[in-house]
Amino acid sequence: MTKLTEYRGTHELLINLVLRDLRGRYKRSVLGWTWSLMNPLATILIYWVVFSSFLKVEAPTGDPSELKSFVLFLVCGLLPYRFLSESMNASVESLLSNSNLVKKVYFPRELLVVSSVGALLVTFVIELGVFSLVLLAFGNMTLPWLPLVLVLVAIEVAFALGIALVLAPLNVYLRDTKHFVGIFLQLLFYSAPIVYPISLVAKDANVLGVDLPLRDLYELNPLVSLVDSFRAVLYDLRFPDTGDLLYLSGWALVLLVFGHWLFGRLDRRLAEEV
Amino acid sequence: MTAAIVIEDVSKRYRLYHERNQTLKGALMRRGRSRYDEFWALRDVSIEIEEGSTFGLIGENGSGKSTLLKCIARILRPDAGRIAVAGKLSALLELGAGFHQELTGRENVYLNGAILGLSKKDIDSRFDEIIDFAGLEQFVDSPVKNYSSGMYVRLGFSVAINVEPDILLIDEILAVGDAEFQYKCERKFEDLKKAGKTIVIVSHAIESIRQFCDRVALLDHGRVRSLGPANDVASDYLEGVHLKSREESRSGSGEIQIQRVVLLDEAGNPITRARTGQPVTFRLVFSANQPIEQPCFGFSLRRIDGVGVTAPNTHDYGVIPDKVEGHGHVDYRVPSLPLLAGTYDVAVSIEDQARTLQYDGRVVALRFDVEWQGGPSEWLGVVTFGGSWDIVDNEPPS
Repeated sequence: MTKLTEYRGTHELLINLVLRDLRGRYKRSVLGWTWSLMNPLATILIYWVVFSSFLKVEAPTGDPSELKSFVLFLVCGLLPYRFLSESMNASVESLLSNSNLVKKVYFPRELLVVSSVGALLVTFVIELGVFSLVLLAFGNMTLPWLPLVLVLVAIEVAFALGIALVLAPLNVYLRDTKHFVGIFLQLLFYSAPIVYPISLVAKDANVLGVDLPLRDLYELNPLVSLVDSFRAVLYDLRFPDTGDLLYLSGWALVLLVFGHWLFGRLDRRLAEEV
Repeated sequence: MTAAIVIEDVSKRYRLYHERNQTLKGALMRRGRSRYDEFWALRDVSIEIEEGSTFGLIGENGSGKSTLLKCIARILRPDAGRIAVAGKLSALLELGAGFHQELTGRENVYLNGAILGLSKKDIDSRFDEIIDFAGLEQFVDSPVKNYSSGMYVRLGFSVAINVEPDILLIDEILAVGDAEFQYKCERKFEDLKKAGKTIVIVSHAIESIRQFCDRVALLDHGRVRSLGPANDVASDYLEGVHLKSREESRSGSGEIQIQRVVLLDEAGNPITRARTGQPVTFRLVFSANQPIEQPCFGFSLRRIDGVGVTAPNTHDYGVIPDKVEGHGHVDYRVPSLPLLAGTYDVAVSIEDQARTLQYDGRVVALRFDVEWQGGPSEWLGVVTFGGSWDIVDNEPPS
């Protein structure tokens, strides 16, 4: 991070860019900041109706919390997924939408990517805070678990940042990246136990005459570990699986290192290509 | 003297894409290689800029001067060579780059300041100065999208200049805002110069370059064509620009022709360099193939950057010859040359009596320099009145 440290006032710029994103986001809309709560609420409502009422998906009972509620089960997975997907959507555009800055001013361009994730982190943390209160109201004593939630958030931020650092410069050179992200995110959503419990995924499956250990393959997806961990802490009120945590941290570290390396390489001609 | 900026063998290559691989289909069709031509915007450029000096970069469009400035500012990275910059640098390439339309002037000052590397504390302490300099006290809390373009640019300039850099890079923005603001900017630049800051300017305005800069580099197709004191390089540049026009600038029906135009000193010797206040004569030498009735001879004098000075002709002075024939000359005598230091171009023409037909004309018939020698100096404009002063005080009220 030599380039970042040589630049004076990096953290102040980061804060300013995050504030710009946050302030600019809901300017000139009548409901303003209310939107940042309306959006997730609407999504929750839709999934709740479709998957719980129409499709009759049953939420498992929390162990040891004894909690049994589809909507709370859903939100435990939906919030981390939303942060990840919105980070990817925002970061993939973060360099192109700031092309005037990239072309005319020198500063570490990573900050544009980092701030786009940072602004979403702020809303993510607020959402988690509100959700914890709701869980409290339903009798889930989440308070002692909050530090652990923050650890999970930190891991997810590193994870999201690593992906963001890959996507943002890639989209400058190859504009298809953005559209791939759209499709990829849909796939990601249904390949993790967000709207259904993992127990619905069969252990083995026969695909075109080949026996596949479906569940094992399914669990390779780091988002599965992420959702499981958040759910363990918030829904079940227990310590997440250590294997999951290690697996996630490994992914986060690899993505972050790779993202930083790739960004450094693609940074060279950024001002010419945006 | 130490160098503030050292540029060593810097080359920068651009890609000119024929068909851009910005879509996947394109990339696959061409197997990942998009076709492009390489174009060297800079080639082996080496320049050393001394600390505390003002340095100018000039050249025609596409000569690479802005690319070089962007390389110094680290916005672009050179493909070869090295640029070392000693000190804090601020680049004024586009004013208000990074302003967010929906945010207020105040919020944007903090945002822009942070982008330029200022801490919140720095901005806090300079905030009033920034707003005051831009003259936007009333509009501080309105969104910048409601600003006029002048207000927008003024605010951007004010933030950038208040970064208090050691090195300031400026690209073609000396002409910002109205006359009053321009005057403020000029004063600010003078202050920065006096404070020992290094300034690098890219501009087409050759006279301001000449006036502001100590040294100048002339770029041509990405290479340094000449490098040295501002006056010499600026003349070099203008020589090149006007060379073509000098050759192609002849027009007229040709019954009477201009042979040459010379500037003579008081002793009648041709000169190319005159002093302010010197008695001089502009001489037009002509030759006529046939008798020309009542021709009108005219001079027109411009400073080299195009600022008009005067355009006397014989008709306006009531000097109307019945006819001229064969070889001859016309003298326009100036008892005391009122021009300030600079380079001037003389255009000449010979027209018929009604001034509807041009016999011959040349746009750049003569170029000469004027030097200021001794005495009090004036700094603005092109002429001196050569006047004298009187100050009288303790008079009874009138």
